[in-house]
Amino acid sequence: MTLAADSRRGAVLSQDLLQAVYRLLAAALICAGLALASDAFLTLGNILNVLRQTALLFLMASGLTLVILTAGLDLSVGANIGLSACLAASVIQATGWASLGVACGIGCGALIGLANGALVAWLRIPSFIATYGMMWMLTGMTYYYMAGETIHGFPLGFRQFGSGYLLGIPIPVYVMVFFLALGTLFAQRTVWGQQIYALGANAEAARLSGVPTGRRLLLVYAFSGAMAGLASLIILARINSAEGDIGENLTLPAIAAALIGGTSLFGGSGTVSGTLIGALILTLVVNGMNLLQINASWQPLATGLIILVAVGIDMQTRRTNT
Amino acid sequence: MSAIRTAAMPALARVPGVAIVLVVLLVLFGLTGPRFLTAANIANILIQSTVLILLALPMTLIVMTEGLDLSIGAVLTLGSIALAMTVIATGSPALGVIAGLAVGLGFGIANGALVALLRIPPFIATLGTLGIAQGLCLVVTDGQSVVGIPAAIERVYSGTLLAVPLPIVIAAVAYAAVHLLLYRTRFGTAVFALGGNREALRLAGVPDRLMLIAVYALGGLMAGFGALLMTARMNAAHPTAGIGLEFDAIAAVAVGGTSFERGNGWLLGTLLGVIAVGVLRNGLNLLAVPSSAQVACIGALVILALFIDAVRSRP
Repeated sequence: MTLAADSRRGAVLSQDLLQAVYRLLAAALICAGLALASDAFLTLGNILNVLRQTALLFLMASGLTLVILTAGLDLSVGANIGLSACLAASVIQATGWASLGVACGIGCGALIGLANGALVAWLRIPSFIATYGMMWMLTGMTYYYMAGETIHGFPLGFRQFGSGYLLGIPIPVYVMVFFLALGTLFAQRTVWGQQIYALGANAEAARLSGVPTGRRLLLVYAFSGAMAGLASLIILARINSAEGDIGENLTLPAIAAALIGGTSLFGGSGTVSGTLIGALILTLVVNGMNLLQINASWQPLATGLIILVAVGIDMQTRRTNT
Repeated sequence: MSAIRTAAMPALARVPGVAIVLVVLLVLFGLTGPRFLTAANIANILIQSTVLILLALPMTLIVMTEGLDLSIGAVLTLGSIALAMTVIATGSPALGVIAGLAVGLGFGIANGALVALLRIPPFIATLGTLGIAQGLCLVVTDGQSVVGIPAAIERVYSGTLLAVPLPIVIAAVAYAAVHLLLYRTRFGTAVFALGGNREALRLAGVPDRLMLIAVYALGGLMAGFGALLMTARMNAAHPTAGIGLEFDAIAAVAVGGTSFERGNGWLLGTLLGVIAVGVLRNGLNLLAVPSSAQVACIGALVILALFIDAVRSRP
């Protein structure tokens, strides 16, 4: 029994590994293509830029990955980033204390996530519609709060958080590595992480076997919100200004990164490290479009197509596996 | 007891919800300013709501199948651009209208195929097509408005039929048509079953996937008609004009009492929901509340409606 379960687990693991290898190959192919097509691609500046963007996208998508693992979705990530960034910016501006702003950004993000979690876990509202309503509420609040103003000019120490380097590598990359390790350890090696997988694979079965599904859902949505808050701070530190539209057009790429990374929309299958590869692939595509001077208008179109292709592949593999 | 409660649900538990919202809003805005409860302003609200009605009617059917169409606003915008560009290129309003409808129908069928054939969850499939439609809008127009549309198109919005404004006539015809489709045809019965019990539908030999594609195709087609009204209203096509319209449509459906997970829908509720959203926007406009705060209010309204629905449906 245990042996069978172990060997099955081995099979699943090696399949996950195979999927990761396929995706890394895809990323390598894109890299090779871009290196041939553009002289600017293989420059140190551009590579560091790709790394930095990947880190940012990963941070937005990593919390979201856990939400998708529970067969849910968080459409409010971008709007959450917008409000958290603007609140954090005005706190920093008003008090001059960057640490207070950081606490405010992450706290605001986590609170929004908690609200999403309460709607989904307690009221049993389908996550896509609950977070969709939340998204518009937050967008409206952000625009109203900012009233078309821009907040800019933050302390140098805070800006290092987004644009600084340590040993020649952008600081956001270190943040990314930290959360990659944390997320992977949490999901694969802790009881709570395994409960989240179980919850996503079959919520009813998980509940009957004693998983406190409501509390785990709350945790996952709050974590997704907090990660959005953290990402908002890095964006703020990077661009050194905050406007009402700062979080616009960020939700679609974040969802795309998780889905390209192999996390299944139906829950219970996917990894945080897969999302990193997804973020890398998407960043490479966008970077390539920029280098080849393709109009930025094509980006939502490309992201939309990539999402559909990624989910289509997910559907096909699920069908052949079952 | 519980059987009685269940049977009485559609009549008792829903009518009050949206009706109360509407009455509260009317009283509230009526008290705050003299300009709100005038015949001219009420007519204004109704005419301005017509585009939304065209989107919210099929959205009701889509939500009833436990689906969602996030792309409908962007598809409307793309249809409007296709209409404007075709009219300007060919000089023929009819060809323009056909182009707008074709774009809508094409995207609707694509959405339906993604959902019904590839089994992609509707919110993610239409999120993908939303990105595609929005991208196409920007790419085709280069971010610029398309202007120089002949007056024939503009008359669709400003004209009258027997003293009734044309947009109202179009919306009324659309409502009647969707009502007949939903309550008087086999297609309508299938829509109810698609949300409630898809398996039974399949076992009964109804082509369930085809029906589902038809539901999304109807959404696209109505977005095409919406594109005509929108273009006529602005006398131009703008690449960001319809962004967020899907949210107002979904809000109207939610406020109107259609459930997002049990396949229960109520078309008249949606109509009242559209008027409620229109009243809210208009009233806040008169109070000089910025449109950003209006969006936040509608977002809050949706969450409130979902909250009430969730609490009511608790056993």
